[in-house]
Amino acid sequence: MSTVTADAAPRSAGLSTKLRRSWDKHWTAWAMVVPVVAVLAVLIFYPLVNGIWITFTNQNEANTIAEICTKSITGGEVCKENPNAWSFVGLDNYINILTGKVGEFWQWAGTTVVWTIAGVTFHYGLGLGLAVMIHREMRFRGFYRVLLVLPWAVPAFISAFAWKFLFNEQLGLINSVLNSIGVDSVAWFGDKWTSLFVAVVTNIWLGVPFMMVALLGGLQSIPEELYESAEIDGATPWQRFRNITLPGLRPVSMTVILLGTIWTFNMFPIIFLTTEGAPSGETEILVTGAFRAAFEGIRNYSLASTYGVLILSILLIFSVFYRRALRKQGEVW
Amino acid sequence: MAQMTTTPPVAAPTNETPARVNKPRRGRRGIGASIGLHATLIVASLIAIGPIAWVVLSSFKPGYAVNSTEITLIKDPTVANYEYVLFETNFPSWFLNSVIVAALTMLIGIFFSATTGYALSRFNFPGRRSLMLVFLVTQMFPVSILIVPIYTIMANLGLINTLPALVIAYLTIAVPFCAWMLKGYFDSIPTSLDEAAALDGCGPFRIFWRVILPLARPAIAVTGFYAFLTAWGEVAYASAFIQTDDKYTLSYGLQQFVPQFNAQWEYLTAAAVLVTIPAGIVFLFAQKHLVSGLTAGGTKG
Repeated sequence: MSTVTADAAPRSAGLSTKLRRSWDKHWTAWAMVVPVVAVLAVLIFYPLVNGIWITFTNQNEANTIAEICTKSITGGEVCKENPNAWSFVGLDNYINILTGKVGEFWQWAGTTVVWTIAGVTFHYGLGLGLAVMIHREMRFRGFYRVLLVLPWAVPAFISAFAWKFLFNEQLGLINSVLNSIGVDSVAWFGDKWTSLFVAVVTNIWLGVPFMMVALLGGLQSIPEELYESAEIDGATPWQRFRNITLPGLRPVSMTVILLGTIWTFNMFPIIFLTTEGAPSGETEILVTGAFRAAFEGIRNYSLASTYGVLILSILLIFSVFYRRALRKQGEVW
Repeated sequence: MAQMTTTPPVAAPTNETPARVNKPRRGRRGIGASIGLHATLIVASLIAIGPIAWVVLSSFKPGYAVNSTEITLIKDPTVANYEYVLFETNFPSWFLNSVIVAALTMLIGIFFSATTGYALSRFNFPGRRSLMLVFLVTQMFPVSILIVPIYTIMANLGLINTLPALVIAYLTIAVPFCAWMLKGYFDSIPTSLDEAAALDGCGPFRIFWRVILPLARPAIAVTGFYAFLTAWGEVAYASAFIQTDDKYTLSYGLQQFVPQFNAQWEYLTAAAVLVTIPAGIVFLFAQKHLVSGLTAGGTKG
């Protein structure tokens, strides 16, 4: 972050005195952020830069000097010296992926979009509905709240198993219930859309509590007087919801929708463990598809990194547009 | 999924009851609306706990009942599955590893994100805005891009197959989000408190430690909860960095019950219950603060 200090100093005056003054003034703040910045730099930014560089090569497990291979059966040191076996390939990785020569980028991207939109829409919609309900004064409110937030406490991989179990074709509760009301068992993981449906349901179940709690917090920050005066003015409940609740929730909503989109887009364990891509890889989203393409068989680092860079770019572009669209409606952050 | 649509009209009916004069509170409901509200919430709660309850019930069934197509709520209840998981596998040591990793991630994560969040909230230092953006961007990194380079770094540091490797990796996931959230909460604490403390001769670190941190307890609770869960449930890094059975964490060790083709559901359900209990305990501590703690974090991005 040394560039940051340089930014602070206007060019006109002596750079070193400016720096010193800046240091005197801000050292406490920097001291407080330095550990985090250092760790992020080492563990996120160095890998990122390294990863971007790898995308222009054809490095994989077999042709690089990597300690990854210690994970073999013997558990010992089996890495062999193999320098310069890899080479620069320019944009080949990107071309291979985007033209569909490797993997199914566009199909996965399409699934990811469906997956993300469905997930975030229901997260937000259900979260908002439940938050509004639970915000009212009523009996058993605390009780409902604990129950509704409970799925949050369940680790994602456990929920993935639980729902996979519920939707199991032979043993699952869902099919048994269907049978008992006279509907034939559904082979949930035998069709792309039912399979994706199961994954989306799992993800919704998992993600609603966070949205609900965040929005509940937002609701509590809206002054009660606004509602009272609106009521005196004769506003209907729907009008109060539209004109007080929704605008009052705007700051929270923006943040949680952006975060929710990013998290759902990159949500690895649900698809990976629940559908496992069934049937035949049709329900892969970008992150899981990339993982399988790059890490099954010989681990292909350059391919994995290229997917990573593409995913990151999509999300970056999305956030830029998202912020721009929001800014048009009024400065928020 | 019908909850949403029922929400707005709920408060509609009873606006002209005379009782309103005495108690001019919003949201007085008719009986019908009350029933609707409670019914919706009960259904939602059932959906929320249903899968958990089913797994718990299944975990007490013997294997043949779990693997049967008949639905029974309770069938020959037994703790054999738990006995198997607890005594026939390495479960206890995985459990201990998970506790160590999650607790360390929680404590260190709270500490770092609190200091960082405080600096972001109180000081307008050069680099502040870019740091906030960086935190947002770190949320966008897919694990698949980072895992190989981080592995290499860990290998160079000699940390492969050690628990600290996991703690460090999880901190990079948890801290940016936690710091962001805490920053929002600190923003909601009036700066006049800092100023008063400064007049009394407190340095910035003392103000942070003595004045602000105690006030931020709700947000700290939520942050801790989040950090704990992040570490408790993570699979990808655990499977990459840990190689020997005695160092597995729960989330990874459990995969042993899910062979590719023949999942042992009866053991899996028992293990799932055992895994969820500690997370549930942490949750019970945090849940009171959950709403107030997350409030400000969300409102002020």
